Amino acid sequence: MIKIGKNSLMFENSYLKDTYTISGPLEFEGPVGEYIDYSLSDNRMNQKSWEKAEMYMLDTGIKKLIENCEDEIELAILGDLNNQIIASNYVMRNYKFPLLGIYSACSTFTESIIIGSTFIDSLEFDNIIVGASSHNSGSERQFRFPTEYGGQKKITSTYTVTGAGVGLLSNKKSKIKITKATLGIVYDAKIKDPSDLGTAMAPAAALTFLNHLNDFNVTPDEYDLILTGDLSSYGSKIFLEIIKEHGIIIKKNYNDCGLLIYDIHNQDVLAGGSGAAASALVTFGYIKSLLEKRILKKVLIIATGALFNPIMTLQKETIPCIAHAIVLEGVE
Amino acid sequence: MNNQIVQKVINRNKPKINYFKNLLWAFLIGGLIGLSGEIFFKIFHNILKLSKENSLSLMSMSLVVISSILTGFGIYDKIGQVAGAGTILPITGFSNSMTSAALESKTEGLIQGIFANMLKLAGTVIISGSLAAFIVSFLIYLSEIL
Repeated sequence: MIKIGKNSLMFENSYLKDTYTISGPLEFEGPVGEYIDYSLSDNRMNQKSWEKAEMYMLDTGIKKLIENCEDEIELAILGDLNNQIIASNYVMRNYKFPLLGIYSACSTFTESIIIGSTFIDSLEFDNIIVGASSHNSGSERQFRFPTEYGGQKKITSTYTVTGAGVGLLSNKKSKIKITKATLGIVYDAKIKDPSDLGTAMAPAAALTFLNHLNDFNVTPDEYDLILTGDLSSYGSKIFLEIIKEHGIIIKKNYNDCGLLIYDIHNQDVLAGGSGAAASALVTFGYIKSLLEKRILKKVLIIATGALFNPIMTLQKETIPCIAHAIVLEGVE
Repeated sequence: MNNQIVQKVINRNKPKINYFKNLLWAFLIGGLIGLSGEIFFKIFHNILKLSKENSLSLMSMSLVVISSILTGFGIYDKIGQVAGAGTILPITGFSNSMTSAALESKTEGLIQGIFANMLKLAGTVIISGSLAAFIVSFLIYLSEIL
């Protein structure tokens, strides 16, 4: 592994060997639902609470992923949106390998891949599990209002994705390679409204993107697809305008995981999907499949996270945000 | 990245909220809830010949029970998304805020969950309502002795 520029890394031996994705029914019915491995029949899945339903998804994902190679796994790097990342922490009591629990809001997913690839590339680990999960109702109650509360949500509000995406990183060659990463810098765009996280996170995504282009001295045309995490319809527009003002124009190769996971015109999700599972499901389902089929060759994923909690919002604080980027490449 | 450019882009992309449409829906659905209250009152008072006080109480109770049931079936929040203040302000909104909080906290048990959280949202109404009642009655009292 080499450090490139101020904020970026280049990996030599980190491969995405396998993935497993599991989601709620709404995500499964969405535009990229056909690439998700398994769907819950409902968001509760016979569990006693929303939190337990999230743990069930993550646990099932890990079990399926390591079905034949449990003894070879050396480390898991996982995170979720619950307080004290309980989904990851509680699920890992079922396994006998170490856990590094991480939190970076909805960019937890790419952060886990960056840390995992670093361990593989620099510390000679062989097999590492990475991933993230989130649950709509669990997040709603923690960050917003009770799910059935009848208040009007703003048009900029997003809908937290229910799902878990886990992947197995390995130093042995496979079809998808993790080649580059750009680490995020915390950026505060002075937004105070927790129902407009797309706007709050867009500048952080733009900052990471500009740093990425600068560090590697590349243009957006380098990538077949540039994906932001969960900026939603409002945040995506702001992201594109900010980089345009800085002289960077992305033509057609741009999308947002929050807009891919749901059909925002026909599904009742307001401005789009959000949550740590948004980028996890889209990347480990849809993108992985297109990379394997060689329809895409090089994809930049900039997962975005709003680093707030409801107490700080009530204390009238603004919302700091972060975005971590990774590059996935299909290899022969 | 230039911070001024960021703020400029954010400012020119401030989402436009259709206040007229929101007001209209709030008026229509809020009014409909008021109308249904009136219908309940007429049924209790004029048809069932109950006293005015009893009919008024029964009317409020009917609205509370109905909105509570609608909340349980996941319908009230869908109406609320369209109606906004039209469903929050009437007594049905109070019922919804208590039922939704109770439903949500069920998993933490009866006492620490439901009892502790049921007034999480509605508590603000009770406290500010009691405070307002105290201030107003104190002012009335003052005006009478002066």
